[in-house]
Amino acid sequence: METLIQQLINGLVIGSVYALIALGYTMVYGILGLINFAHGDVLMVGALTALQTMLFLMGVAPGLSPIYMLTIALMVAIPVCMTLGFLMERLAYRRLRNAPRLAPLITAIGMSFLLQTVAMIIWGRNYHTFPQLISTTPLEPIAGVFITPVQVVIIIASAAIMIGLSLLVTRSKIGRAMRATAENHRVASLMGVDTNAVIAFTFVVGAALAAIAGVMFASNYGIAHYGMGFMPGLKAFTAAVLGGIGNLGGAMLGGIVLGLVESFGAGYIEHLSFGFLNSSYQDIFAFIILGLVLIFKPTGLLGERVSDRA
Amino acid sequence: MQTKPGSPLLKLQNLQISYGGIQAVKGIDLELWAGELVCLIGANGAGKTTTLNAIAGVQPIAGGDILYAGDTINVLPAHKRLRRGVALVPEGRGIFTRLTVEENLRMGAYSRNDKAGIEADLERVYTMLPRIKERLPQVAGTLSGGEQQMVAIGRALLSRPKLLLLDEPSMGLAPLVVEKIFEVVQSVAKEGVTILLVEQNANLALEFAQRGYVMESGRITLTGSGDELLANPKVREAYLGEMV
Repeated sequence: METLIQQLINGLVIGSVYALIALGYTMVYGILGLINFAHGDVLMVGALTALQTMLFLMGVAPGLSPIYMLTIALMVAIPVCMTLGFLMERLAYRRLRNAPRLAPLITAIGMSFLLQTVAMIIWGRNYHTFPQLISTTPLEPIAGVFITPVQVVIIIASAAIMIGLSLLVTRSKIGRAMRATAENHRVASLMGVDTNAVIAFTFVVGAALAAIAGVMFASNYGIAHYGMGFMPGLKAFTAAVLGGIGNLGGAMLGGIVLGLVESFGAGYIEHLSFGFLNSSYQDIFAFIILGLVLIFKPTGLLGERVSDRA
Repeated sequence: MQTKPGSPLLKLQNLQISYGGIQAVKGIDLELWAGELVCLIGANGAGKTTTLNAIAGVQPIAGGDILYAGDTINVLPAHKRLRRGVALVPEGRGIFTRLTVEENLRMGAYSRNDKAGIEADLERVYTMLPRIKERLPQVAGTLSGGEQQMVAIGRALLSRPKLLLLDEPSMGLAPLVVEKIFEVVQSVAKEGVTILLVEQNANLALEFAQRGYVMESGRITLTGSGDELLANPKVREAYLGEMV
C-alpha cells in the first residue's frame, strides 16, 4: 500500500512536468497542425539558462537566499525561451505555413538538432549538476510515504499554471482569438485578428511553459545536459497524442496518465517481467502507450470533440 | 437620403485576380458610394466571391487597384482592412463552430476596445435577431443554417463596418429564412451601412438593391439600377430563368 501511494506521488510529479511540456506541443498543433519537435529542446535551453544564471549568482552574491536565486533564474530562463520560441516560428515555420506538411515537420527535427548542437557548443557535452535550491530531502514521512519539498512545489506550481492557462484560453480575449484562429485562420483575420501575432503568441506561451518545465525537471533530477530535452520531449508528445492532440485538457490528462503509468510501471516492471527487466527500462511504457493509442484510438482520450482546443 | 461626397467609398479599377495561372477576374471596374446597397450577380464561377475576398483582403490580387475611402489598399492585410471598416460575411458563413454563439459575436468586436459601445451594439444585434439571444451559450456548430447566417451577419455588424460585404447570404436556406435575412440586410442598409451583396438569387437581390452589376466569367458585362436590370431581357433570361 505504501509503495502504491509512493508511486502515485512520483507519477504525479513527473506527470505534471510532462503535462506542462505537452501543452506546448498541443497548442502549436491546434493552431498550425504542426508537431514542433524542437519543443523538447526549448526545455533544455530553459534548464541550462537557469543553471548558468544560478552559477553566475552564486559567484557574485553567494549569500543570496535559494528562493531568490531560483526566482531570478526563472526570470532569466523564461524570457530567453520565449524569445527562442518567437524566433523559431518567425524564422523557420512561418515561411513554411503553406508548404506540404512534411516540410515543416522535417524543419522542426532540424531545429531540434540545431538547438542541441548550439547548446553543446555553449555548455559542452558533460552532465552538469543542477543546484537543488529547493530541498530534495524528504519531509517527515506521512503514513510511510516520502515526499520531497521540490516535488510539492512541482505539483502545486504545475496545477496553478495549468489553471491559469485554461483561464487564459477560455476566458480572455486573446484566448478567444487563439481558438478562433485554430478553427479558421482566414475567418479570424476577417474579424480583425492579426493571426500571425496570435500564432507567435502561442509559440511564446508554449516556450514559457517549457522553460518552467525544464527547471522543474532539472531540479527534480539534479542534472542538466544538452540532450536532456529529447526524452521528456518525446514523452510529452506521447502525452499530447494520448490526450488527443490539439486538445488542452487532453494534454494535461495525457501528461498525468503517462506519468502515473511510467511510475507504476517502473515500480512493478521486475514483477511484470519475472525479473528480466528492471526499473531502468521504464521508458518502455511511454512508447508502448504511443503505439497502442495510434493503433486503437488515434484521436486520443479526449479526441477532437472538445471545444477548448487552442 | 444618400449623400454623394467627392469620391466613392469603394472603387475597383481594372481589378485582376488569378489562381495558379488561371485568371478568375479579368479587369473589372466597380464603384460603391457611401450609403448604397449594390448587388453583384452572376452565375457560379463568374468570379463574384473572388472579388469580395479580394476587397476584404483574404485573396491577393494580380493587377489593378482597390481604392477604399480614397486610399489604395491593394496589399493591406485583412485584419487592418477590418479596422478601417471593411467587413466580409464570407461564403458559407464562416462561423467558428467550436465557439459559443456569444463568443462568435464578440469575435466581431475583437478590434474594438470601447466596452460600453460593444455591450450596446450586442443589445442592438439581439433586438435585430431575437432568436440569437436565446442561443448565446450554445456552441455555434449546433445552430441551423439560418441561425448561423444571422450570427455571421450580427458578428460582422459588431465591428461597426462602414462597408459590409455579404457573400450569398441566402445560400442553402429555406425561402422564409431568406426573407428574414433580407429584412435584416435592409434594416442594416437603412442605418447607413454601405453594402455590397453577392447573390445567385438575382431576383431577390435586384429587388432590394439600388444598383447592380452583372458578372460573367471574370468580367462585368452589365450594370444599371435594380429596376433596369430586372427589366433587362438578357438578365431575365440568364439569371431569372425566364424564357424570353
